[in-house]
Amino acid sequence: MNFYYKKIADGSIAVDDTVLVKGVPAAAGSHILEGFTPLFSAEAVTRLENKGYVISGKTNVGEFGLDLAGEFSYYAPAESEIKGAAAEAVKSGEVNAALAVDVNGAARRAAALSDVCFLKPTYGTVSRYGIISTAASGEQLGVYASCPEGISEIMSVISGHDEKDGTSLKNESYDYGCDKELSGKRICIVKELYQKADASVKAEIDAFAASAKKKGVSVSEISTDIFETANVAYQILMCAESCNNLSRYDGVKFGYRAESYKNIDELYVNSRTEGFNFLTKAVILYGSDVLSKNRYKDCYDKSLRVRRVVMNEMKKLFESFDAVIAPVCSLSAYGAYDIKDAFKKVFDESEFTALANLIGLPALACGKVQIIGDHFSESTLLSLAKEDK
Amino acid sequence: MNYELVIGLETHVELSTDSKIFCSCGGHGKGSEPNDCVCPACSGMPGMLPVMNKRVVELAVTAGLMLNCEINRYTTFDKKNYYYPDLPCAYQITQLNHPICVNGLVSVKTADGVRDIRIKQIHMEEDAGKLVHGGNSSFVDFNRTSVPLIEIVTQPDFRSPEEVVSYLNKLKSSFIAGGISECEEGAMRCDVNISVRPAGEEKFGVRTEIKNMNSFDAIDKAIRYEAQRHIDALEYGTEELVQETRRFDDVSGKTFAMRNKETEADYRYFPDPNLMPIVIDDEWLEEIKAAKPVAVDERTEEYRAAGIKEDDIEIIIANVKIARLIDDVVSMGCNLKDTAIWVVTDCAGILKKAGKALSELDIAPEKLAAVIKMVANGDINRNAGKKVLIAVIENGVDPVSYCKENGLDKKFDASAVEEVIDRAIAANPQAVIDFKNGKQKAAQALFGACMKELRGAGDPAVIKELLEKKLSM
Ligand SMILES: [Zn+2]
Repeated sequence: MNFYYKKIADGSIAVDDTVLVKGVPAAAGSHILEGFTPLFSAEAVTRLENKGYVISGKTNVGEFGLDLAGEFSYYAPAESEIKGAAAEAVKSGEVNAALAVDVNGAARRAAALSDVCFLKPTYGTVSRYGIISTAASGEQLGVYASCPEGISEIMSVISGHDEKDGTSLKNESYDYGCDKELSGKRICIVKELYQKADASVKAEIDAFAASAKKKGVSVSEISTDIFETANVAYQILMCAESCNNLSRYDGVKFGYRAESYKNIDELYVNSRTEGFNFLTKAVILYGSDVLSKNRYKDCYDKSLRVRRVVMNEMKKLFESFDAVIAPVCSLSAYGAYDIKDAFKKVFDESEFTALANLIGLPALACGKVQIIGDHFSESTLLSLAKEDK
Repeated sequence: MNYELVIGLETHVELSTDSKIFCSCGGHGKGSEPNDCVCPACSGMPGMLPVMNKRVVELAVTAGLMLNCEINRYTTFDKKNYYYPDLPCAYQITQLNHPICVNGLVSVKTADGVRDIRIKQIHMEEDAGKLVHGGNSSFVDFNRTSVPLIEIVTQPDFRSPEEVVSYLNKLKSSFIAGGISECEEGAMRCDVNISVRPAGEEKFGVRTEIKNMNSFDAIDKAIRYEAQRHIDALEYGTEELVQETRRFDDVSGKTFAMRNKETEADYRYFPDPNLMPIVIDDEWLEEIKAAKPVAVDERTEEYRAAGIKEDDIEIIIANVKIARLIDDVVSMGCNLKDTAIWVVTDCAGILKKAGKALSELDIAPEKLAAVIKMVANGDINRNAGKKVLIAVIENGVDPVSYCKENGLDKKFDASAVEEVIDRAIAANPQAVIDFKNGKQKAAQALFGACMKELRGAGDPAVIKELLEKKLSM
């Protein structure tokens, strides 16, 4: 598999092509950004480089991170089985870790499919400065590694306040220790999501639960429709914000411009028609619709209210449990498919992942097992995953 | 039939900040070349996030306080979506749902009396860039993108163009005095909503909006033209009025309907997830209040009470730099009225000779205060004071040492003055005899000789008294 959109050097860290490295072309897997070279690096990249880490290159990514797990990159579309390039680079030992943006679960699903770990940390703990933004309120820069310890090492370097990001929280550092005492911890498995998974995914969850029990963790099962609700709300917000953020790619300033146009309207329409793939266009149209005057109250505004309801429900749940366990995805492997089916497919699979995006919770994909915790509980999640990977 | 004009105003004002609203690009997009005041953020490149310029909030709150608004302690930003090449992100960050100031009141004075105009809201937003057309191509200049603006929206409370112009003049002097905006050419832009109804009628007539005018004169003319157009339509049925957006053509003095897709566009507003809500707590609000200059109305009263002439008051109010200089000098113990005269009459006179305007006055308040004090204490006379002032303005000298070096302060040294008188008497024995014989004029000649030698320094009354004493001995 070709991991890279642009190879830079022999280094130990790869970054997804949604993460900017100064002077290295960046396209977020999209034709529309072809030829764009950023003038600055992402804050996380700068922090790693300041500590002596070398960035190996920019790994291929599905257009704007909106697909299942990297299958719809303009530069490296999946031909048979779907795998994420960054996750595979880690899996193969090409690099020790990789940075990626989790917009709608693609990074977590890629980790599951490649059997590595990906942590989407608490919203606001890692600067989003220098990532190609798609859905500002839910996306988060996170880390792939083959084990929790690897994630812990990188997270300690890249996290902490950054004044260049208005949503960055004020804390300077967070706890990413993997050695929390687990005895007495309480976790629960979400029944509805577990039942949606195939046998092999179920088996991984079962094995995880059994191992946790051995460490003195109490394991129970809960039944809730909150993930389904959260997914609908998040897809609305995610599409709306993507529609807005991607509108700057208009062929006027940088990136791809259509060859043929007679006036400014055609320049916009032709550049964007040719520059975005079918899935991105579907997201943009859906987002545009939910923001329109007659739909705003019932769609966008309602989703913001649902976000608060989900937040309250989850806070209540975390009074009884230290973490919630769910599959990352329904299948243990995905074959290539027609992009016209992508919007629906991603929507369905996001039921497992969207809740964490919606309310900014940390979520750790460890193979096909997803461990979701309260804000700032990364250390608990990493400790629960340790040795199980 | 008698008709009544109903006018509402939306005024955009560019704020005087050191940097743009969401990035650190300098100032007001006054780059000397196109696109030399831009960064990845204000040119819409991916990866950059908006970071709120706190100063913008402070200036917007100050504006709200000056216009008697309520300050919203919780204020948020929204994105307004539309495609235009001068808008690099294809959205403008503005405030829709929680504007920073609401429910203000401004009194305007015209020949018909004083009326109150209600302010609906003031909100913060970013400016767009500029398109430059040349030959077959169009070019974009992003120097102005993200320059901070406030938009002041009134209720439809104006009833005449005079009221509108009076209101705009008041905004202008308030904002200059408040350090909110320099209000230079183009820094204030207005959209005017206008309708006409029969006098006494409650219901509003058909409303039209005239967009984007930046001279008070044009606004005045546009309102007059548009009002007449509405009245003609109602009275004589010249045309059917429709709700629409129009533009004013300076040359013909007429308004024209704009064929503009934008007017029907759905801007798909939504809250900006990249900018956290701004909370203005008591402490911050008090800080802004403490730094807020006195409102223009109060200021005028204060000057009037001190006995400053109306013409001079106008000059001071219109020039914030001068008002501040006077404040500073007064805070050093000088009398307000005196100081105003020294500045508006003497300083202005000195500058005028050099072909400069009062606004170009560059003098340290300490030095001006020293000159005014020396004169007020009788250390030097007013003429000498003016000489010192010239030297201070032209060469930046230290007033006290200048007086010493040039012998203007001889009065300080009573024995030196006495010496001069003695010498004058000794040199003119005949004058002494004449004086003793009752010729008062003889004293006059001696006095002149003393003054000449003192080069204008010293208090004439004191010298005269001393001279007469010596002559009478
Ligand atoms: Zn800038």
